[in-house]
Amino acid sequence: MTSMFGEPIVRREDPRLITGQGRYLDDLGRDALAAAFVRSPHAHARITGIDVDDALDVDGLVAVYTWEDLPGRVGERLPLLIPHPALTHGRTAYALARDVVRHVGEPVVMVVARDRYLAEDAAERVRVTYEPLPPVVGIENAANAAERVHDDVPGNVGAHLVQQTGDADAAISAAPHVLEFRLDIERSASMPLEGRGVYARWDADDESLRVYSSTQTSTSVRMAIAARLGLSAAKVEVIAPDVGGGFGVKIMHPWPEEVLIPWAARLLGREVKWAEDRREHFISSAHERGQVQHVRVGFDDEGRLLGLDVRIQHDHGAYTPYGIIVPIITSTQLLGPYKPGVYRVEFTSLYTNTVIVTPYRGAGRPQGTFCMERTMDRIADELGLDRAAVREVNLIRPEEFPYDQGLIFQDGRPLIYDSGDYPEMLRRIKELIGWDDFGAFRAEAERNGRRVGIGLACYVEGTGVGPYEGGHVEVDSSGRVHVATGLTSQGQGHQTVFAQIVASELGVPIDDVVVTTGDTRRFRYAVGTFASRAAVMSGNAIALASRKVREKALRVAGEALEADPHDLEIVDGVVRVKGNVTASIPLRTVAVLSNPLRYAFDDATAQATQFAVGGSMDEPPLTGEPGLEGTEYYSPPRSTFASGMHAAIVETDPDTAEVRILRYAVLHDCGRLINPRIVEGQIHGGVAQGIGGALYERMVYDADGQLLNASFMDFLMPYATEIPHVETGHMETASPLNPLGIKGAGEAGVIPGSAVIAAAIEDAEGIRITRMPISPSELYHLRLEAAAGTAERTRHARSAAIP
Amino acid sequence: MTEIGLTVNGVLRAASAEPRRLLSDFLRHDLGLTGTHVGCEHGVCGCCTVLFDGEPVRSCLMFAVTAAGHEVTTVEGLGAGGMSPVQRAFQDCHGLQCGFCTPGFLCTVTALLRDNPRPSEDEVLEGISGNLCRCTGYQNIIKAVHRAADLIAEESGEADR
Ligand code: FES
Ligand code: FES
Repeated sequence: MTSMFGEPIVRREDPRLITGQGRYLDDLGRDALAAAFVRSPHAHARITGIDVDDALDVDGLVAVYTWEDLPGRVGERLPLLIPHPALTHGRTAYALARDVVRHVGEPVVMVVARDRYLAEDAAERVRVTYEPLPPVVGIENAANAAERVHDDVPGNVGAHLVQQTGDADAAISAAPHVLEFRLDIERSASMPLEGRGVYARWDADDESLRVYSSTQTSTSVRMAIAARLGLSAAKVEVIAPDVGGGFGVKIMHPWPEEVLIPWAARLLGREVKWAEDRREHFISSAHERGQVQHVRVGFDDEGRLLGLDVRIQHDHGAYTPYGIIVPIITSTQLLGPYKPGVYRVEFTSLYTNTVIVTPYRGAGRPQGTFCMERTMDRIADELGLDRAAVREVNLIRPEEFPYDQGLIFQDGRPLIYDSGDYPEMLRRIKELIGWDDFGAFRAEAERNGRRVGIGLACYVEGTGVGPYEGGHVEVDSSGRVHVATGLTSQGQGHQTVFAQIVASELGVPIDDVVVTTGDTRRFRYAVGTFASRAAVMSGNAIALASRKVREKALRVAGEALEADPHDLEIVDGVVRVKGNVTASIPLRTVAVLSNPLRYAFDDATAQATQFAVGGSMDEPPLTGEPGLEGTEYYSPPRSTFASGMHAAIVETDPDTAEVRILRYAVLHDCGRLINPRIVEGQIHGGVAQGIGGALYERMVYDADGQLLNASFMDFLMPYATEIPHVETGHMETASPLNPLGIKGAGEAGVIPGSAVIAAAIEDAEGIRITRMPISPSELYHLRLEAAAGTAERTRHARSAAIP
Repeated sequence: MTEIGLTVNGVLRAASAEPRRLLSDFLRHDLGLTGTHVGCEHGVCGCCTVLFDGEPVRSCLMFAVTAAGHEVTTVEGLGAGGMSPVQRAFQDCHGLQCGFCTPGFLCTVTALLRDNPRPSEDEVLEGISGNLCRCTGYQNIIKAVHRAADLIAEESGEADR
């Protein structure tokens, strides 16, 4: 049998999803009561009164709740999930607002009714009166702190953190060349096509709760609900059903609704469900990306970095339930594949009266990569050097791994890169896009009155962060192999890739393998799906569990076949003596023998009962644990570091300033590939989100804190017509840190999007691009400003590649 | 409440609903056909696309009552027991990840290929340009449309023989 590992097989989850048999949150609980929320229309206001009288007339209304109705821990502030010593002023919201609302969309009242239409009718009739307070919107206003988001947070500063590897200031001042500039990135959001949702059933007889949530972490939602509702965890099960995309926003938890819906279900003794609508998603789920970054860099005549000082202002919205993970990642992952000389980074994380900020695919890296890659381009322009050549001299060399950047990463562990081959990657991306031939292409285009430019952007991504994941593998007496892991799936193809791992490790046909994820009834211990960690963490845990089961199978089969386990192999679900096909025993029989029985209930189990099994009369019937199954955990010493380089060629319309991407090339290294087809798909999806973030997507808040584009009509996500064909190349530098040698792939595609598109536009236009995203009208105005001398032109209006 | 009768996936179905009930909600919650998804409820994402008398429409922009007496095909009805060529092509080409947008694409593409069995690259782009997908970046969906065209041609070729 050929190994399934590494094969681009089609996905095993597809037939169900393609025929309408998927089970997403709102497909469940057809008879459940429905909840709807009254949300704040103000960015900042004091609640002066809530009048529910009118709502009570709505036929079908079951209950209306305000903060005052919430007992004990249900009414306490929601948890601060990831505390950090630098987060000196962390603040979280209440499940329903108490006294003050701090962003448009904050939930104030929950209504439960017979169906969603009636719940919304009732919600419309609730009258909340507010005394508006001055809103804080935008990073500048937050930093100026003329007004405060939280009375007790001076300067609106939630956190402040400095990391440095030496005296960067001295290194920069001593450098032959110094540059200083500012770079901005605006807000976007994960925006999965399925919003969030929660559905809870209370079993009064059993005093237990079953909750379904469209979440990226069912195990942690379970612990949070148990803690809030005062239930023992053993009485709470949480299941992530099919989830229609996550991209980060669904790793945040417990959302107010994840506490309130189960609480109401228990209180009412009825099933209750809430499915978020699109406007709710815009104004009450999370955003990300908004950052201002000030760079000061010193370098030598070849463009080699001598010192780098970056000051980041991060907008984390109204509350900090997810801590300061995003700016921590920006500040560390900004370094990419380079040696920065002496590095100092400082961030200030600021409150604003806007939706909270939690990781969105890429999680701070797109901002960091934008910062570093714009810096590289700037240096090349300053020195009149080829942009790829400047990158080349700064790359970490293959022989320098493991490479310690001297910082602390998001997992609290040192930022040490495990493996990679960046110079080779640079060579290959240049080859793929035709970097060195671009001058000729441009000259030809210019002769036809067309304006084109090329850009390059490189990144390194810490993937597979700990602390751990686990896997359980069990062979049943029919030969089926049941695999469970606690983390959740949102379209990554886990049912396929984990089955590939088990088929390869155990030696069974892949069709016999069934994978379950995100169901706490099947696996209780897990962290969750984020940080491109599922394949690395659960993949390795499942591989280790498979090896354990294999070992046990060989032992039990060895006894049955009277053979040394070392002489046995498992092929196609059958244990056999190597080189002797007649001495064999199917795994399903080994499974039966692994569980010595007193009672038989079918022919298979009859083989394992006390009068059927022979063997020694002096040995106990059971060695170790019963069942052909095993659980293992994988906990890495630190993250693995995947890497990639993107290159793009764009054309800008000389009249309309429209940007068209002519070519987009990706070189990618995520270690050994389990399923190249799935990795490729992850890259395509990531690139599309990167391009969305570079050219289209932004959250437009007005000065009052109203989100002006809270619909798909106004928040422009790319359709097929906006996304170019993506050309990909792969490298496979195995990670030395884990048994399978893999690294994560989930977020990679999105990371250099803004950086590479900005570089290509700048190259086409000869005008500095310092803010992303950029719309045609912004580019158009930039041209006018450049003509008027108020926007900066690049020094070498065309790259050195021009013949 | 009004009694609404219509043909869904070839079967006559009836349920009572308020006049304001959206067709998408009626299909999903009254008839239990949850394969049709709702991503925006304002007519932009295309997740809720079904075939209405054979034409793709957004079921979130229609009231169920206006569908009375008409024929609706949802994703559950595309395959007649198994998978249609369009459905198979989506699996072959990895044209889906989370699968939430997929039913809408499948209905859209089914109608597209019925009207234009050999669409050019631009016609494919144009044909699916009303459906959002947040996962795939569209490349494999485009591939799947061409592949589906091949599969349909093969099958009708076989049928002709
Ligand atoms: S749900 Fe109908 S178009 Fe989005
Ligand atoms: S596959 Fe997830 S939105 Fe298209």
